[in-house]
Amino acid sequence: MKMLKVLALMAAAGLLVGTASAQETGTLKKIKETGIITLGVRDSSIPFSYLDDKQSYEGYSIDLCMKIVTSVQKQLGLSSLNVKLNPVTSATRIPLMANGTIDLECGSTTNNVERQKQVAFAPTTFVTANRILSKKAAHIKTLADLKGKSVVSTSGTANLKQLTQLNADQNLGITILPAKDHAEAFLMVETGRAVAFVMDDILLASLAANSKAPSDYEISKEALSVEPYGIMLRKDDPAFKKAVDTAISNVLTSGDINRIYAKWFLQPIPPKGISMNWPMSDNFKAVVAKPTDSGEPAAYAAVPEAQQAVLKKKK
Amino acid sequence: MNYNWNWNIFWEAAPDGGGSYFDSLISGLLWTLATAALAWIIALVLGSIVGTIRTGPNKWAARIGNAYVELFRNIPLLVQMFLWYFVMPELMPTEIGNWLKSMPNAPFITAVLSLGFFTSARVAVQVSTGINALPRGQRMAGTALGLSLPQTYRYVLLPMAFRIIIPSLTNEVAAIIKNSSVALTIGLMELTASARSMQEFSFQVFEAFTAATLIYLAVSVIAIVAANLLEKFLAVPGFITSGSAKSGGQ
Repeated sequence: MKMLKVLALMAAAGLLVGTASAQETGTLKKIKETGIITLGVRDSSIPFSYLDDKQSYEGYSIDLCMKIVTSVQKQLGLSSLNVKLNPVTSATRIPLMANGTIDLECGSTTNNVERQKQVAFAPTTFVTANRILSKKAAHIKTLADLKGKSVVSTSGTANLKQLTQLNADQNLGITILPAKDHAEAFLMVETGRAVAFVMDDILLASLAANSKAPSDYEISKEALSVEPYGIMLRKDDPAFKKAVDTAISNVLTSGDINRIYAKWFLQPIPPKGISMNWPMSDNFKAVVAKPTDSGEPAAYAAVPEAQQAVLKKKK
Repeated sequence: MNYNWNWNIFWEAAPDGGGSYFDSLISGLLWTLATAALAWIIALVLGSIVGTIRTGPNKWAARIGNAYVELFRNIPLLVQMFLWYFVMPELMPTEIGNWLKSMPNAPFITAVLSLGFFTSARVAVQVSTGINALPRGQRMAGTALGLSLPQTYRYVLLPMAFRIIIPSLTNEVAAIIKNSSVALTIGLMELTASARSMQEFSFQVFEAFTAATLIYLAVSVIAIVAANLLEKFLAVPGFITSGSAKSGGQ
């Protein structure tokens, strides 16, 4: 276990330096010394974090991250703070976070208890639900309607995981197709390879809104699970976590959030000038009133039956 | 490095209901092996036929063989798989397209065919090269003995050409195992895809890919050792290529 030794040495060195300089430790110290903060951004998580037609990154999560940046800059008393944007994918966000390449991940990452063993999350900034998108012609309203059909979800997502478990638990006989990414999964429904696509409702809405025939698709009323999204940061860095928590809580409780939310979810957004038309859910309104970084779905809503079954199995 | 190492993750239950994470990696390995093995059979058969035709006396047949090679060799494998899986069913008549889309195991079948055709083009080039590497006199000797052209190929040229190209075919075997990972883009849950989903579910990215790397390495080493044994076993004493694996002929 050489690695452990190295880690121990690094930790010890960090402690020594930490006690020698000011009170800042970890990420805050790094930001103060270098004058740089690096944000991990996504290419295609519309409207959270994406590349627009001018080849610049923008989105709801990036706006929220910039609030954190401003607040951290104030706290450290820096006259200028250089913000670097570093593109990440779902596969690279963890290694880049662990090795210090990025300080915050501003995307659409689900906060759950398992992931909290590896990283920390800022207070929840969006609450989505796992739902079913299908063509209206297919008349799919509930999970039971999917019996014996082909259903796609994106590989490596919590949604696919849940669908797999429900399929096994309730003997639905669904053929589950894993797709490489959201766009490809949607393509499978569009071309008829799958009857339905199970994913976070907000992502489904955005894919449908940007498709060739938005009115062909519908999203189920029935929710399979509740998923809180949060901005991700390194674990075991209490000082930085506190700074991030304070910044996000301020945005939520001061009403600032309403302006930012409306900008991305209620008004037309680039590149196509299409509006998401997604009013704030009651679940998220509750978080705005009382910010939380809990990874337990029960902290956000009455947990759907489908999710309860899955959570019970794990305990 | 602020990373929470957890090597016990392999024995924790994977969320896809198929046992532990280790089990899902093994199931990925089986898909990888099945894809690579079936694709290799296609590649070897088609590659040998096309490669032989390219060296034959018929100009037009050779040109068609060349066109085949250029087509499958010059389009990236990733693009080929995408075209086969997503585009081809749309170009077919609707009924056939729908039948193709509703096939069970469509990603697997598509991956095998696509990988087989892609590699067959590479094998074809090697077979032609092997035949062309033989002295011209071999072909003439076959004619002088009264063998017909197919017989000359069957009894003189091909047995020697294949012995010459065993080392480069070994390379192709190692390559086809690694190339099978491209199939994750069309939803086949092979080894790389299993490692990817393991890191997404558990966020233990380094453990997942370390395991996948070691598994790929073990499989490649076994394949290469087997190929070297095959070469030894088939070697003709005194023939030009005997023992080329030892003399840096790989």
